[in-house]
Amino acid sequence: MNDIITTHRLTKYYGKQRIVDTLNLSIPEGSVYGLLGRNGAGKSTAIKMLLGMVRPDRGRAELYGEDVTTLRPESRARIAYMAEGHPLYTGMTIKQLVAFSAPFYETWNQDLVGQILDHFQLSRKKRIRHLSRGQRAQVALAIAVAPDPELLILDDPTLGLDTVVRRDFLESLIQIIQRKGRTILFSSHVLGDVERVADRIGVMVAGVLRVDCPTEHFKKSLRKVVLEFTGEPPATPSLEGLVGARQVGSTLEVVIAGYNGVHREALDGLNPTHLEEVELNLEDAFIEYTRGEKKPLPIFYREEGE
Amino acid sequence: MAMNFHINTASRVPIYQQLVTQVREGVARGAVDPGERLPSVRDLSREIVVNPNTVARAYTELEREGILNTRPGLGVFAAELGTQLSQEIREKKLIEGLDRFLTEAVHLGFSSGDVTAVINDRIGQFRWASERKAAGA
Repeated sequence: MNDIITTHRLTKYYGKQRIVDTLNLSIPEGSVYGLLGRNGAGKSTAIKMLLGMVRPDRGRAELYGEDVTTLRPESRARIAYMAEGHPLYTGMTIKQLVAFSAPFYETWNQDLVGQILDHFQLSRKKRIRHLSRGQRAQVALAIAVAPDPELLILDDPTLGLDTVVRRDFLESLIQIIQRKGRTILFSSHVLGDVERVADRIGVMVAGVLRVDCPTEHFKKSLRKVVLEFTGEPPATPSLEGLVGARQVGSTLEVVIAGYNGVHREALDGLNPTHLEEVELNLEDAFIEYTRGEKKPLPIFYREEGE
Repeated sequence: MAMNFHINTASRVPIYQQLVTQVREGVARGAVDPGERLPSVRDLSREIVVNPNTVARAYTELEREGILNTRPGLGVFAAELGTQLSQEIREKKLIEGLDRFLTEAVHLGFSSGDVTAVINDRIGQFRWASERKAAGA
């Protein structure tokens, strides 16, 4: 499969701090990629470098096999970007904004804009500054998809939206996905949304991409093991893939990436009175994986033939 | 009757697996009849707000298990019950499942009488192949 987005050792410093650290990303055509990470993990900076809005200190990014710094206008026209917080010209009405945006593109699907605005029951006469945050997101989406882009890059598109608006927004996103061949990269904090729409996820921790795999694979590869002891639990053994360990009274909880029989044997060797292996949902897996100070074992996985 | 799908993203179970389980149970409990059409990947994906690839994966899995058939150009349909397997294999699977269940029941401290009563009570909750044929005839 063709990779639409590829980055090679992409790195950015702000002052002495490495915000994005040797990022190697490849996103195949037609996939929906969810980029996750805590605040300040480097997601927005990475996205801005992909679009040529932030100049990397090292490495490079390619879209459609072209370096983003020299991307041809024809290629750029195939890409839509929704910035975090949906910045739009606030003095314009929706109608004016649509009319203003259209001439920037060679193709512009006015019917589609109309459909999306109608679907969300947005009055064309309303000024952007009088719209709620959710409505602004809806207008931004309508404008982003109007040129019929092949690649959509959305920086935390559902940030600050209430549950109902978020669900509507996701529904629209699903409809966009169903139009063949669209590739979507989006960052998000809402793990439930990511699980619904993303084929693959990437998790950035302190600027480093530490997870890059199919969405389910991430959940499956992390396991929490709860061990109970009669008295004080022993020290946590050093295990390959240990993500974190916590002691609560006589209980020891360990989280392990790539859990297998070797881990089980080592944990049984501690002679706990009770041992339970707990699977995690995506949200718990994400929290466990990103909370520790330790650098957890990376989880990378590509299916054969991808 | 129609299937009612429900996705729980707080669950540890992958979304495609949740769909597989719901279709299996839906057929067993009579919410879907053999030969009945299921929503297309496209429609279901839109209805439950889930990536179409995830829905397609669930359907592929169900087809592999012989629970659904895809008829090209027509859609996805619930298959006839148990028709794909030989009598011998079907009995073997039945006994395997039953033995697992009975083992659990013994360990939970129930008597054989208790278990028979519970089974007779629960049987009514499911739609059996014989009843369906009777209803269709």
